[in-house]
Amino acid sequence: MMLLDIADLSRRFSSGGRDVAALSDVSLTLAPGETLGLAGASGSGKSTLARILLRLIPADGGTIHFEGKDWLTLSGAELRRRRAKMQMVFQDILGAFNPRATVASVLDDPLRIHEIVPKAERPGEIAALLERVGLPASYATRSIREVSGGQRQRIAIARAIATRPSLIVLDEAVSALDVSIRGKILELLVELQQERGIAYLFVSHDLAVLRAVSHRIAVMQAGRLVEIGTASQVIENPQSSAARALIAAVPRLVTGLPERHYYDV
Amino acid sequence: MRRIQNITKTPEGAIGFGIIAALMLVALFAPIVSPGDPLRIAGSPLLAPFVDPAFPLGTDRLGRDVLAGIIHGTRTSLAVGIAAAIAAIAIGLCVGLAAGFAGGAVDEALMRIVDAFQIVPSFLLALAFVSVIGASVPVVVLAIALGAWADPARLTRAQVLSIRERDYVASARVIGMHPVEIAWKEILPNALPPVLALSAIIVAAAILTEAALSFLGLGDPNIVTWGSMIAEGRNVLRSSPSLSIFPGLALVITVIGVYLLSEGLTKALAGRRSEA
Repeated sequence: MMLLDIADLSRRFSSGGRDVAALSDVSLTLAPGETLGLAGASGSGKSTLARILLRLIPADGGTIHFEGKDWLTLSGAELRRRRAKMQMVFQDILGAFNPRATVASVLDDPLRIHEIVPKAERPGEIAALLERVGLPASYATRSIREVSGGQRQRIAIARAIATRPSLIVLDEAVSALDVSIRGKILELLVELQQERGIAYLFVSHDLAVLRAVSHRIAVMQAGRLVEIGTASQVIENPQSSAARALIAAVPRLVTGLPERHYYDV
Repeated sequence: MRRIQNITKTPEGAIGFGIIAALMLVALFAPIVSPGDPLRIAGSPLLAPFVDPAFPLGTDRLGRDVLAGIIHGTRTSLAVGIAAAIAAIAIGLCVGLAAGFAGGAVDEALMRIVDAFQIVPSFLLALAFVSVIGASVPVVVLAIALGAWADPARLTRAQVLSIRERDYVASARVIGMHPVEIAWKEILPNALPPVLALSAIIVAAAILTEAALSFLGLGDPNIVTWGSMIAEGRNVLRSSPSLSIFPGLALVITVIGVYLLSEGLTKALAGRRSEA
């Protein structure tokens, strides 16, 4: 059974009298433990898709089934409870945290809200989460402003895995990071996937990153899904002009290197 | 404590903090520093200042001690000013939060009410309010607050509208946080600093409004205030100008103190933001 089944999803934005289709009839599926790379230039609708999926903005039409249930009709307490299973890592490593938060409070919130572990065990769970994403447990007492960009993204990943989700949406999750840190974060994500069977929807404009982590890649252009296939199919034999343009935009992309090790180069 | 240190790091903050702290102490210990009713007749009338050590600032037309009046007037000015500012900020915060969160028709309706209050000159509003209901300290506080809550309401609404679109609010929704908790823990604390910086200006304006109301005879007649002392001294302005000058100076020093403190507070908040 598919973990995620998106059918005919549409969303229009109107601003200043102009009506723009951000998404038109997008359909795709995601299996448990699979990584689907969602590629596209700026404005192609990939972030809109991510935000609709996380129920941050409403869709105009179409359906989403997540874990076999209709996801778009959920509301209130039921929606909040089931959000535990679908988490997100944001692109903006500064903006994704309340500036007043400490590392511990960032990780405590999801554990408390979803009662993942009893209250007495939460500090231990926070330490375990930090260690899992490669940070010392002593970081818990730090203010979120006192940790570096790469470390913040590790904390964002720790927050996302805290509720034991089956799907994590990564919206340009490594785009704001240094190239040297980017590879390590991607490695961590792949490790977590193998360990916990989490599916990823990896939104990025960078095909080199998607090639490194994705099983399949979907390419979007002007709100439409123009191409979808296995990672090597799309990169070695692109069918759409959008995919070819994205490949051309990655001058260092060399096909044929072992999968998932490209980013070590 | 750290916050006070941050404020006093700038010279204006340090001076403002010193002035306001001194005035607070005077207001707090007024019955000890100058025991008895400041409105009682204490000596011979119209004593010049700096002559009799018992009345360092002299006496007024009825022989009341001017220094005692100024000391006790500090209580009224600060209490009314701060109470009115707290009331104005509280009303403004509630209205601004409600408008910013609810959006749509609620937002429209609330903001039109805010417009209505902003159009009416706040002093006229206070004047009308006090003359209709009658002069007492709570009425004066409410009258001043009614003219001052519109600005904090606008500012709070703008802050909420901007902060609710931030990614950290989105991430709080993604982890399933309840909307009330999001408003209380994620949005409100980050919306507050600019509103707090505005509060000092509201305090200063409220102190001046209170003095003006008292000057026009619309203050509480049973309490000595700087405004009523200035009004009292007006009748003998040419023969004993000091009767109006001393309470006037007290007023000027207080308002300058509040402004300097607010300047220091704004810089401290801005400094903290640039650290982030």
